[in-house]
Amino acid sequence: MPTLRFTPNIQRHVNCEETVVEGSTVRLCLEHYFSYNSQARSYILDDQGALRKHMNIFINSEQVTDRKGLTDSVGEADELYIIQALSGGN
Amino acid sequence: MPKIAVSTRKGLFFIDENKSIYQSAFLGDPVSLFYKDPHSGIMYAALDHGHFGVKLQRSHNGGVDWEECGCPVYPEKPDDAEDDKNPWSLKLIWAFASGHGENANQLWCGTIPGGLFLSTDNGDTWSLNESLWNSSQRKEWFGGGADHPGIHSICIDPRNENHIFVGVSCGGVWFSSDAGETWAPRAKGMRAEYMPPDQAYNENIQDPHCIVQCNSNPDVLWCQHHNGIFKTEDAGINWTEISDVDPSTFGFACAVDPSNADKAWFIPAIKDEKRIPVDGKLVVTYTQDGGKTFNSLANGLPPAPAYDLVYRHALTIDASGQHLAFGSTTGSVWSSENAGDSWTHISGHLPPVYAVDFLG
Repeated sequence: MPTLRFTPNIQRHVNCEETVVEGSTVRLCLEHYFSYNSQARSYILDDQGALRKHMNIFINSEQVTDRKGLTDSVGEADELYIIQALSGGN
Repeated sequence: MPKIAVSTRKGLFFIDENKSIYQSAFLGDPVSLFYKDPHSGIMYAALDHGHFGVKLQRSHNGGVDWEECGCPVYPEKPDDAEDDKNPWSLKLIWAFASGHGENANQLWCGTIPGGLFLSTDNGDTWSLNESLWNSSQRKEWFGGGADHPGIHSICIDPRNENHIFVGVSCGGVWFSSDAGETWAPRAKGMRAEYMPPDQAYNENIQDPHCIVQCNSNPDVLWCQHHNGIFKTEDAGINWTEISDVDPSTFGFACAVDPSNADKAWFIPAIKDEKRIPVDGKLVVTYTQDGGKTFNSLANGLPPAPAYDLVYRHALTIDASGQHLAFGSTTGSVWSSENAGDSWTHISGHLPPVYAVDFLG
């Protein structure tokens, strides 16, 4: 089963522990995770269900390509890294 | 002096009667707006987390403890809305207002990109006002300083809880006489110098920066508009431009005396792209005669150079009409206990100030 790992920076807002999930796409993996951690949804996805502009997801070492539909395929042994894009400074 | 809440780029700060900071929250996080519901006493703090989006927190014990509550969420954008250039996604919480009378359970929330939301359960859940959002004219709104349009002012008539004004930058003023069931523009007379000449008086593209309504005479509303100061004496049916106010009619914030519609305050700046005090001199402009004449109030404010800009929610007045407070982009906060005749510098070392509110 795929593993989800979260940026440490999200933890002070909402508790997101490393976990294994079910799903063959990024969308399905996230939806499975949100089914038991619903508060995390709005920190990662926007109102339209797309990946937030300044968030990013890597499948192992590859950045996801479909930020809107989140249809990138996920294998049983894959690791998903949910991180924040580096930006800002003020 | 009532206690003050100061929303800043890096947290929320509470100032006591002795003008000392006694409490803070969300240190390091942008707090775009604070609101205390006058009926329930519940405090709300809107956070703009950037990476993680906009969130709403509330406190039931005077800001000591906070919990994340529901946040406005835009509905799924339908396929036939391709012509809508604005995103259907929350960018900023920009206004709060509570209903009264039979609508005392209503908490309204204005947002960027232009959605008006309503909660009747103290922020647990929110619903988009579809009547205003689905208006074909709404699609013509556009952003002023922000990338997208936004509702920054919500005024609910103290005589009639069903009469609601909203100010939109840039979308003019809209009015509902039926608690949000239907809406119509109410910006006749406003002038947009930045538009082509034949569009200058188009009600739907006006850029009011802030609108305030007089509690004792609610037919009078004052507006600090991008192009100057405007006033209505007939509940927004007609707006009149007030010009020739030194040192400038440009600014963001305005306040009106709750018990005297003739008394209003503004904080001027050089217009358009510059947005700094004229000649680097921070002043408050004040009329006591309904806008016929203005005085510049500067007693207690810093001498030039002082490059403080005051945002639209960063000037406030209490119910007495004597206490005012404002905060600036340099992290300074001033208060007055005599309607602005003199000012006391409370702090010069806060983060840039977004909003100032009396807890009163």
